[in-house]
Amino acid sequence: MYVAVKGGEKAISQAHKLLAKRRRGDTGLAELSVAQIREQLPLAVDRVMTEGSIHDPELAALAIKQAAGDLVEAIFLLRAYRTTLSRFYVSEAIDTGGMRVERRISATFKDLPGGQVLGSTFDYTHRLLDFRLLAEGDAETSSPTARDSEPEPEPEEEAGPMGRVLQMLEREGLLVPEQDDDQLPADITEVARSYPCDRSARLQSLVRGDEGFLLALAYSTQRGYGRNHPFAGEIRVGEVSLTLIPEELGFPVEIGTLQVTECEMINGFTRLPDGEVKFTRGYGLAFGQSERKSMAMALVDRALQADDYDEERSSPAQQEEFVLSHCDNVEASGFVSHLKLPHYVDFQSELELLRRLQSETDVAQPVEEQA
Amino acid sequence: MNEIEDSRRNWMSVLAQAPAEELVELAEPFLAGAGFTTVRAPQIGLAQVRARMGGTGSRFNLGDVTITRCVVQSAAGHYGHAYIRGRNKPHALRAAQLDALLQEKALRGGIEQQVVAPLRRMQEQKQRQRADETAATRVNFFTLVRGED
Repeated sequence: MYVAVKGGEKAISQAHKLLAKRRRGDTGLAELSVAQIREQLPLAVDRVMTEGSIHDPELAALAIKQAAGDLVEAIFLLRAYRTTLSRFYVSEAIDTGGMRVERRISATFKDLPGGQVLGSTFDYTHRLLDFRLLAEGDAETSSPTARDSEPEPEPEEEAGPMGRVLQMLEREGLLVPEQDDDQLPADITEVARSYPCDRSARLQSLVRGDEGFLLALAYSTQRGYGRNHPFAGEIRVGEVSLTLIPEELGFPVEIGTLQVTECEMINGFTRLPDGEVKFTRGYGLAFGQSERKSMAMALVDRALQADDYDEERSSPAQQEEFVLSHCDNVEASGFVSHLKLPHYVDFQSELELLRRLQSETDVAQPVEEQA
Repeated sequence: MNEIEDSRRNWMSVLAQAPAEELVELAEPFLAGAGFTTVRAPQIGLAQVRARMGGTGSRFNLGDVTITRCVVQSAAGHYGHAYIRGRNKPHALRAAQLDALLQEKALRGGIEQQVVAPLRRMQEQKQRQRADETAATRVNFFTLVRGED
């Protein structure tokens, strides 16, 4: 238990001043603007929006600047800001099938309706430091065009609508279908989770969950701790429409678009209660281009469906309460960081106790202790 | 859905998604002389974004998005509404004012032509450019036979 302390105002304000100075760095260099962060560190912005739970690239970039690049701190700042705003509306469910696709790949089918497009990706880069970026003003920024490259042999159904890979399997009866139960989804920002919880509460928690924590859990399932035989059925990144139906208007208005990343995993097949054998599935979705996050989320989503398929919950990634109550990095860093608060009284009492125990032992066994 | 509602949905969407600077500039000639009563001054808040499990299944909450809303009334008595993604109050105010004026038959043609249409073209061009950039990364993988059988 920590106790209230008084004083220190002067030192605290000086410490904050020093933080601002350190954050600014060498004043001989131009100051980084929020717009530069938004435009040039977009993947950091995407992570902060996803885990901070507000889609607003400018605010996320501001938070990153204020946090001096500490993304967990930036996420905390965004969550704190979130509590100052009222929620006016709830959007219609976004339609990722109608996405304006900027990247779409499948590891399960080579040829698919609409084809595969790589978009902007770190995949296939050699992970060698690019020293051209160190020499200022020398970066490649022209748009790629089809004319630049050797024309790829046209896939047969090129430019058709990009049908969902998993729906093709659903139609053939090979995959557990997703059915809309038309229930109002849980909202963990209004009602605290209770266990066991609904999949809608799980997914909402996982979206906000720490990427590193979920990545490690996802990895653990691949290494055998709750193995679920995953294939990346489809990963797509792109813009989806955001539509509201304001009560005062009574009709839907598309007010903008959001970039999201979606991952659909196809997982090991199992015999269902009705006797049929089908592949199972996991789902990941995040704001912006957040591929690692949505893949990890999909793997953990599947691991947490253990009960649905009568699987023994033997590994950490399958333990709903363990995963969901520890995945939020704002809660986690808050509780770990509180150890920095004054625990003087608490510690004094422990110290007293230990000293007393030691002196009692001294009395009981004086000779041996000194030997 | 009636025809007016349909075209209103359309222009509201174009105005909401327009780049703020261009919108303010193009709207200026139409808004300069017009009088409006503010019913709800531009206000920043959140909209909860819903998604579907597996893209097609039951709904769940993905997170929130910042939005700005505004309601004005034109001198002719029309209520103009605006809902935009993000936190730009001047943008929301202009969009609401234009929505009110666009409901007046006499003004609609001019505003459609000089504000809404250019903004729509800008958006379409931007989308086309992104689609072209993406198309250049279209890939056709070949599978190779690996060694023995």
